[in-house]
Amino acid sequence: MANKACARDHRSWGRYPKIRQQKVVPVYWRDDQIDLSAIDGTILPYGLGRSYGDSCQNEGGTLIDIAPLNRMIAFDEDAGLLRCEAGVSLADILKVIVPRGWFLPTTPGTKFVTIGGAIANDVHGKNHHVAGTFGRHVTQFELLRSNGERLICSPEQNAEMYRATIGGLGLTGLILWAEFKLRRVPGPFIASEQIRFRNVDEFFDISAESEHRFEYTVAWVDCLAAGKQLGRGLFMRGNHAWPNKVPGKKAGQRSLFTVPVDLPWFALNMVTARVFNTALYHSQLGKSKRKVVPYDSFFYPLDMIHEWNRLYGSPGFIQYQFVIPFDHDRSAIKSIFKQISDSGVLSLLSVLKVFGDVPSPGMLSFPRPGVTLALDFPVRGQHTLDLLDRLDRVVQDEGGAIYPAKDSRMSAQGFQSFYPQWQDFSQYVDPKFSSSFWRRVTRTTE
Amino acid sequence: MKLLVVGASSAIAHETARCFATDGAALFLVGRSAEKLAAIQHDLEVRGASQVVTYTLDLNDLAQHEAMIDAAFEALGGLDAALIAHGTLPDQAAVQASVEQALQEFQTNCLSAISLLTILGNRFEAQRRGCIAAISSVAGDRGRSSNYVYGAAKSALTVFLSGLRGRLEKSGVAVVTIKPGFVDTPMTAHVKKNPLFAKPDAVGKRIYTAMLKGQDVVYVPWFWRYVMLLIRVLPESMFKKLSF
Repeated sequence: MANKACARDHRSWGRYPKIRQQKVVPVYWRDDQIDLSAIDGTILPYGLGRSYGDSCQNEGGTLIDIAPLNRMIAFDEDAGLLRCEAGVSLADILKVIVPRGWFLPTTPGTKFVTIGGAIANDVHGKNHHVAGTFGRHVTQFELLRSNGERLICSPEQNAEMYRATIGGLGLTGLILWAEFKLRRVPGPFIASEQIRFRNVDEFFDISAESEHRFEYTVAWVDCLAAGKQLGRGLFMRGNHAWPNKVPGKKAGQRSLFTVPVDLPWFALNMVTARVFNTALYHSQLGKSKRKVVPYDSFFYPLDMIHEWNRLYGSPGFIQYQFVIPFDHDRSAIKSIFKQISDSGVLSLLSVLKVFGDVPSPGMLSFPRPGVTLALDFPVRGQHTLDLLDRLDRVVQDEGGAIYPAKDSRMSAQGFQSFYPQWQDFSQYVDPKFSSSFWRRVTRTTE
Repeated sequence: MKLLVVGASSAIAHETARCFATDGAALFLVGRSAEKLAAIQHDLEVRGASQVVTYTLDLNDLAQHEAMIDAAFEALGGLDAALIAHGTLPDQAAVQASVEQALQEFQTNCLSAISLLTILGNRFEAQRRGCIAAISSVAGDRGRSSNYVYGAAKSALTVFLSGLRGRLEKSGVAVVTIKPGFVDTPMTAHVKKNPLFAKPDAVGKRIYTAMLKGQDVVYVPWFWRYVMLLIRVLPESMFKKLSF
């Protein structure tokens, strides 16, 4: 039976830590009398579960499933303003807007996230250096608090609650609908270029050179390479392309397949990971490769494989994404690559990107000027966790931060030093709302 | 495409209507709640429907059916297709305790649909084209002790549709019987979910293609055809001992 057709489970995308004791209450209509106070215990909104760790989990409490809130409300095609319910996914929005010449202001690497989730995690994309985070483009939304209050939040109205909810991890209340600005595009294609770089220094050179000429930049890194090849990888950059049609190419994309079962945990090991990374690095023959591609394959290559998280087997995996400010000799990022490469800990797809200095309105937003690295680690016990603790310390010393949407293990002390504004933020947290993540990182650390 | 959707605020009907809206269809939506119909109307408009008209009606008010269908023909300037999707899932304990409630559920899930199908059948027969689809259920394939009032209503509806199909065949009008299994919708919000539950968008898409093709009897998802085949061939002496 096709998995796509089945009822949903409500785990996190990384499936680590394993959390099950939670009730799920769906919400169907935005104008219904929704009495959140009648639910026993704590509550947390849940969309499509693409958060990797426990920020979308509420052990022992209730998840409010917003997926049925999936209706469009209004589309001003002249101004490029779209209003929709919180459970509408980016995939659904793209289907409506791309044929009419509009695109998302920014998008994460998967289109299977809801608008509510995009706001709650203040997501960023390959165009962060020019567009900033998603929250910057949100003009207004409606927030339902557990006391029954409904607040319209915008930069002008309930401005503090607006700033707290953007990047607020779903803790300030239930977003019912939102309105945001779109970006005009000439068509559904991206003129892309892929350049091979041999080490970290080359990455920074290409990145600096690309920033002004390319709207989208990102790099994939082979974290298992060592020595002179430390930090080698492929740099991808692109701009929206003029043609609406490219001969022989379809604008859309078909999903390739669904991973039918959890792979056995031993299928992914140092040998297979090394083969995979090396093959990917050498997958292009020349130094650089240009082509015009459908937007789907440029932005969402992993979405083509449904449930790719099952490739990591039933123990699940940990995503680790941090940002650190620029340092002139790039010694911090090099030392991080070296620690990963020396540790012998398996890491598969690693993504490197330079953030710009466009500020987000969000109080607790993750992106800030500097360089960000996202890593995938299959869960293989204490060894993995020890490495991440060591990396945490480097990030902390450098004045960086770790991304809550992907986290499942940072310490309370770590979180509180990465986000010193957390105490200010906590006064906006709805008294009924909580998450496994929030309880973990707000434990007193004395 | 000009389409009438009865019970338009049901999740399955809405998902089907979305597929037609993306094609630029004109839609006439009928349901009880003006507020819900408005939410669906706006959604379908943004997704590309060329025209969306809403009409508020309690479908148990059979006397109003003719006027509603007139209004649909008039508003859209004719109809190419109709989807009848309204229904309720009764509480079995309540309907076996009360004659009144049992008959009421039968009225909602069967008689009101028969009333609409009679009027639509005659109109479509006269125009000699089009497609009429109605949502029945796998529950109509055999009476289960836990759900037989609903099952009996859907069973009568299935037989009615089968006869209507034979009659309208000669006029070139397709009659599509949709038999969903468990679907994750507000109707089943209180039921514990298992892997047999389908998502409404997948079900909606299937109904859309079945209507475009003018298929006869469609099980959604497909595997229910074979599950129900097995359940139908069980001898009654065995079946009555199964408690599901």
